Amino acid sequence: MSARLLVAGGTVVDPVAGTVGPADVRIDDGRIAAVGPSGALGEDARVLDARGLLVLPGLIDAHVHLREPGYEYKETIATGVRAALAGGFTAVACMANTNPVNDSGAVTQFILDRAAAAGGARVHPIGAVSVGLAGEQLAEFGEMQRAGIVAVSDDGVPVMDAGLMRRALEYARLFDLPVVVHEEDRHLAAGGVMHEGLVSLRLGLRGVPAAAEEVMVARDLALAELTGGRLHVAHVSTAGSVALIRAARARGVRVTAEATPHHLFLTDEAVAGYDTNAKMAPPLRPRSDVDALRAAVADGTIEVIATDHAPHHRDEKDVEFEAAANGVIGLETALPLGLRLVAEGVLDLPTLAARLTVGPARVLGLPGGTLAPGAPGDLTLVDPERRWRVDPRELRSRSRNTPFAGWEMTGRAVVVLVGGRVVHEEERPLAALRSAS
Amino acid sequence: MSTAGTRQVMDAQAIHRALVRIAHEILERNKGTQGLALVGVRSRGVHLAQRIRQALHEIEGGAPVPFGVVDITLYRDDLDRGLQNPEVKGTDIPFAVDGARILLVDDVLFTGRTVRAAMDALVDFGRPQSIQLAVLIDRGHRELPVRADYVGKNLPTARGEQVHVRLDEVDGVDEVVIEGA
Amino acid sequence: MAFTQRHLLGLEGVPAEEIGAILDTAASFKEISERDIKKVPTLRGKTVINLFYEPSTRTRTSFEIAAKRLSADAVNITASTSSTTKGETLADTARNLEAMRPDAIVVRHPAAGACHFLAQHVSCPIVNAGDGCHEHPTQALLDLLTVRERCGRIAGLTVAIVGDLLHSRVGRSNLHALRALGARVRLVGPPTLLPREFEALGAELHTRLADGVRGADVVMMLRIQRERQSGHFFPSLDEYSQYYCLTEEVVRLAQPNVIILHPGPLNRGLEIASEVADGPYSVIMSQVTNGVAVRMAILYLLIARSKAEDAAEIEEAAEPPRRRGGGRA
Repeated sequence: MSARLLVAGGTVVDPVAGTVGPADVRIDDGRIAAVGPSGALGEDARVLDARGLLVLPGLIDAHVHLREPGYEYKETIATGVRAALAGGFTAVACMANTNPVNDSGAVTQFILDRAAAAGGARVHPIGAVSVGLAGEQLAEFGEMQRAGIVAVSDDGVPVMDAGLMRRALEYARLFDLPVVVHEEDRHLAAGGVMHEGLVSLRLGLRGVPAAAEEVMVARDLALAELTGGRLHVAHVSTAGSVALIRAARARGVRVTAEATPHHLFLTDEAVAGYDTNAKMAPPLRPRSDVDALRAAVADGTIEVIATDHAPHHRDEKDVEFEAAANGVIGLETALPLGLRLVAEGVLDLPTLAARLTVGPARVLGLPGGTLAPGAPGDLTLVDPERRWRVDPRELRSRSRNTPFAGWEMTGRAVVVLVGGRVVHEEERPLAALRSAS
Repeated sequence: MSTAGTRQVMDAQAIHRALVRIAHEILERNKGTQGLALVGVRSRGVHLAQRIRQALHEIEGGAPVPFGVVDITLYRDDLDRGLQNPEVKGTDIPFAVDGARILLVDDVLFTGRTVRAAMDALVDFGRPQSIQLAVLIDRGHRELPVRADYVGKNLPTARGEQVHVRLDEVDGVDEVVIEGA
Repeated sequence: MAFTQRHLLGLEGVPAEEIGAILDTAASFKEISERDIKKVPTLRGKTVINLFYEPSTRTRTSFEIAAKRLSADAVNITASTSSTTKGETLADTARNLEAMRPDAIVVRHPAAGACHFLAQHVSCPIVNAGDGCHEHPTQALLDLLTVRERCGRIAGLTVAIVGDLLHSRVGRSNLHALRALGARVRLVGPPTLLPREFEALGAELHTRLADGVRGADVVMMLRIQRERQSGHFFPSLDEYSQYYCLTEEVVRLAQPNVIILHPGPLNRGLEIASEVADGPYSVIMSQVTNGVAVRMAILYLLIARSKAEDAAEIEEAAEPPRRRGGGRA
């Protein structure tokens, strides 16, 4: 197979330059060689016909739960990677709340081995902040980093001990690792299963007030300021959190933040009828919070869109609401939802692309996410006109817990390249290849 | 006031005469009103029973006959066939049924199932000495062995035809019409 | 007026006319309980399952009696005796029951939304006998029937509901129904148990008992659950009682012909003084009587409606396809 590939005739979206326009992309030996006008990049390559398609740097999902080891009945690394590719993602960062918890080099290595066996998308493990996620003792950041983690996080649970969080932020500086935080004060959230507000009152469900997230965000921002550590706030869900993060950034605190597609589209009204596919942590919030999140994603206060892909087996969702597991899958719906944000005028296409490429790449220190020469040859080709309907049974994930079942989507990733190789194609035959004469 | 396909078979005067005649027959057969109690079957049977009660009082004087109302909705045998509008207005039997000679009054006697249901309701209240039946119209097509003791008018009908009894208290006019199939 | 509800999952959103229809039906059912033979054959041969995941003697008994007075066969399943203790999921329990073809299922469950969940897994009508903190519609209906009987109406009355509103399903159901029927509703309780969002549902909020009860036509006392102390909602039962117990002194602030309701069981001396519970303004015993009538009415209306629906479906399926355009002369 030729080491030179020309992705030709597409519309290139450059998240760093902020441009959208017709161009070709040349990949040599698995790395981006150049981006240039049609016909200007040499004839001595195989051609991948990208006419009618958008060409983006490979999408990166900074927050997924692959469930392996320990919960393979919900998802495996292999099925998770398949779902990621179907969603247009070339790389995912997976959280540590597996069983056993990823708090060691051994488990990190296991995950990487399984990922290599699955092939296709890149998998970047995130290691635990505390041993066993128990929030008592620091895990070995160094050992885990040598094995390959890109960040530390106890995601799934908050680090309630402020003293431990302080030390985690400080210690992580040695390894230049971001500390990704799941912000939820356990005592304020106590038993809550949805946002505390009018809807929870009507439904008779115990609620989690916005303050449960905001007190922790405020705390950790103060700790980040104190320690000079790098803080990344996972799945931000409230306007209050956004305001705190914005102010802290202005003061120079090293904080970044992410929001999920479901928090950018759904409100707590989605719980009406006790639909367990509307149950996750943090919960869906009212319209005003959704609007604040959208504005923050647009202006860069939130520079990452990450799915928090959380597969759960049907038996864990087909129960009464308060007993249902928290979380929804998201790998296969993130891109079209992002395109919908563009269509609705919330943000422009290069900004959307940035939130899914260079944004997460910078936060996690990954080499991809751009079209710069020398960057990995990871590309996502998107058919922006493709209309399709979300049918849970047709999703590649092993689990079906999506709140977007039945939604009419426009836009779909049709070709995914990793390291210059096509690793995923969606019912679109490759155009005939032309080799160098 | 009849529309195409309907014809009037009794007017206000005919109804009045029939009820007065029924009242006389009741008095004759029961030798007065001693021990008698009138029970109207909801809803139009109630008004007819009131009129008969009034007529009995006018003819014989004395204390007005005890009066009750039975709602047969809860005794119907066709719940599974689907009731269009299950409205329960209530049964009220303010006298002792034990030993009473009950005179059941309804507007139209047709299959006999309504009367059977009314009797089921009555015997739940006690053991009457006897039950007699007075109806304004007997239109035939019995499905159960029920017969009326006092009939205002015998009206041969086809099964598919409908008989409407309209009373001033409810419909603003007294008449009986038959509507063709 | 057609009764259109397929299930009775709650009173939120139920039109005032339908609530009125239920109350009217219940009122006419009352006399059956006065007879010697307290039975009508209406639901003969029908099976009503009482599926109770929470202990409750009075509500369960009330439903059982209601079913039996309609000649239905009542089957009681309580969580302690059912297979749920072996860890059977609600979904599986629902499927098992569905396979036995009941004509109605009455459910009490500690999780809000449990009845909605069951309604998706079975085809017969579901009656909510209390789902977590969400709703307890038959309780509110019997409360309303009692109020209507004693006060002659609902619209325009000032009703004070006192107690742990945050956790009260009885409070929620009553609020929805009273507002639908045009009453003025005051909710009274400590700030920790009185979320401000109740105002959006049309209630006036009071944290002082005297203010809430003053001039009221109806006072509904809610049960305080002793277990609530652990959530830091109030420091002690003593202190709660000090500020929110309905005593004779407080009752004097209400309208002279006030009526006092309580869903029971009573915590004498905690949320209501004994003298008040047993006093001349209390209609608590009427509530219990009305409870059977209301539950009879609900079982009757729901089952009758579901049979009507079934019959209509069978008829539709059996009809030959109609021709379009003019029929034969």
